Amino acid sequence: MTDELIDRLSSDLKPVRHNALPRLVVGAVMASGVVAAIAMLAWLGTRADIATAPGTMIFWTKFGYTLALSVLGGVATLALSRPDGAIRWPWLAAPLLLLGVFIAAIVQLAGAEPDEMMPLVIGGTSLVCPWRIVALSVPVLVALLLALRRLAPANPTLAGLAAGLFAGGTGAWIYSFACGENGVMFLALWYTLGIAVVAGLGALLGRFLLRW
Amino acid sequence: MQTDPTETRLRELMLASLDGDAAAYRALLADLGRHLRPYFTRRLTPAFASHAEDLVQETLLAIHTRRMTYDRTRPFTAWLHAVAHHKFVDHVRRQSIRLTVPLEDDAPIFAHDDHADATAKRDLDVVLDAVPERTSDLIRRTRVQGATIAEAAAHHGITETAAKVSIHRGLKSLVSRFSGGEK
Repeated sequence: MTDELIDRLSSDLKPVRHNALPRLVVGAVMASGVVAAIAMLAWLGTRADIATAPGTMIFWTKFGYTLALSVLGGVATLALSRPDGAIRWPWLAAPLLLLGVFIAAIVQLAGAEPDEMMPLVIGGTSLVCPWRIVALSVPVLVALLLALRRLAPANPTLAGLAAGLFAGGTGAWIYSFACGENGVMFLALWYTLGIAVVAGLGALLGRFLLRW
Repeated sequence: MQTDPTETRLRELMLASLDGDAAAYRALLADLGRHLRPYFTRRLTPAFASHAEDLVQETLLAIHTRRMTYDRTRPFTAWLHAVAHHKFVDHVRRQSIRLTVPLEDDAPIFAHDDHADATAKRDLDVVLDAVPERTSDLIRRTRVQGATIAEAAAHHGITETAAKVSIHRGLKSLVSRFSGGEK
């Protein structure tokens, strides 16, 4: 019986490309990221001041924070999608990054006039921002989980969490081109909330979908 | 770095397999099957020993469908162990819900005492130390392990009669020694 299985498997053998796993995972995120970007353009459009925004510090803070979380999630996803994979530093680096953003937010608020405080913290879109990030991240999370189902994570929940951080960071990064908010505290609170929801969703789905 | 020959051999086969060498792949899977069967048998309780073959097949299938997750720069045996361990844990977790021991197979717990066996065995070792080595080995073979006198004698290269005499004298000296000593 086992011999039959071995016959069947060896006649089914196809070569595996070098770096097939990172190609699959990163490819899934890039393809679904394009879908999310198109959805963003069709649904929200870019921020009204997209031409001048890249001259501001806050634009790059949002850009850098979301992209960095995405990269941390990506590094963790690649490691944790292998049966013998283990990684810890992205889980330590992500909270440190958030701490850095909070410190920058407090510095910004300390230098602001009292009547500027509320716009920097709550802005005009704090109630929709996290949900828009979740919505834009969903295609990325779905693509990632589908890719991961072909892999072998030793810990499905943890791999799902990493995939959620990867997807959430990517979705938030795409959303940052549509979002006209200028508060660092806004970023620290509402972007982080959106990304955390996606990460939690990834862990929950991963627990059930990534078993093998 | 010290490289284990098994690791070197299996890793070479795996690398060839990933490049599409079907003969190497067949050799690898056959070899892994032989390694995995005792690995699982040792880890299963005797009642579930028959599951070892299922586990071997599940593991080979996982190796096949998820071979992309092997990093060519890392040790193969570590990857293999991680896959086999995952399959084992998963199997045990699933079986523990569905497969409890059928009631009619439920042998009484106190029918057999492993500890008493161990104690008796230790006592025997102590007692047999009191007679010459060859004699104690002859007694052990014929009276404990169930060999015939002819077999035990052949093992020591002595005649059957000499063996009989030796066993008889050995037992006699043990009896006199442990039944109250030389009075």
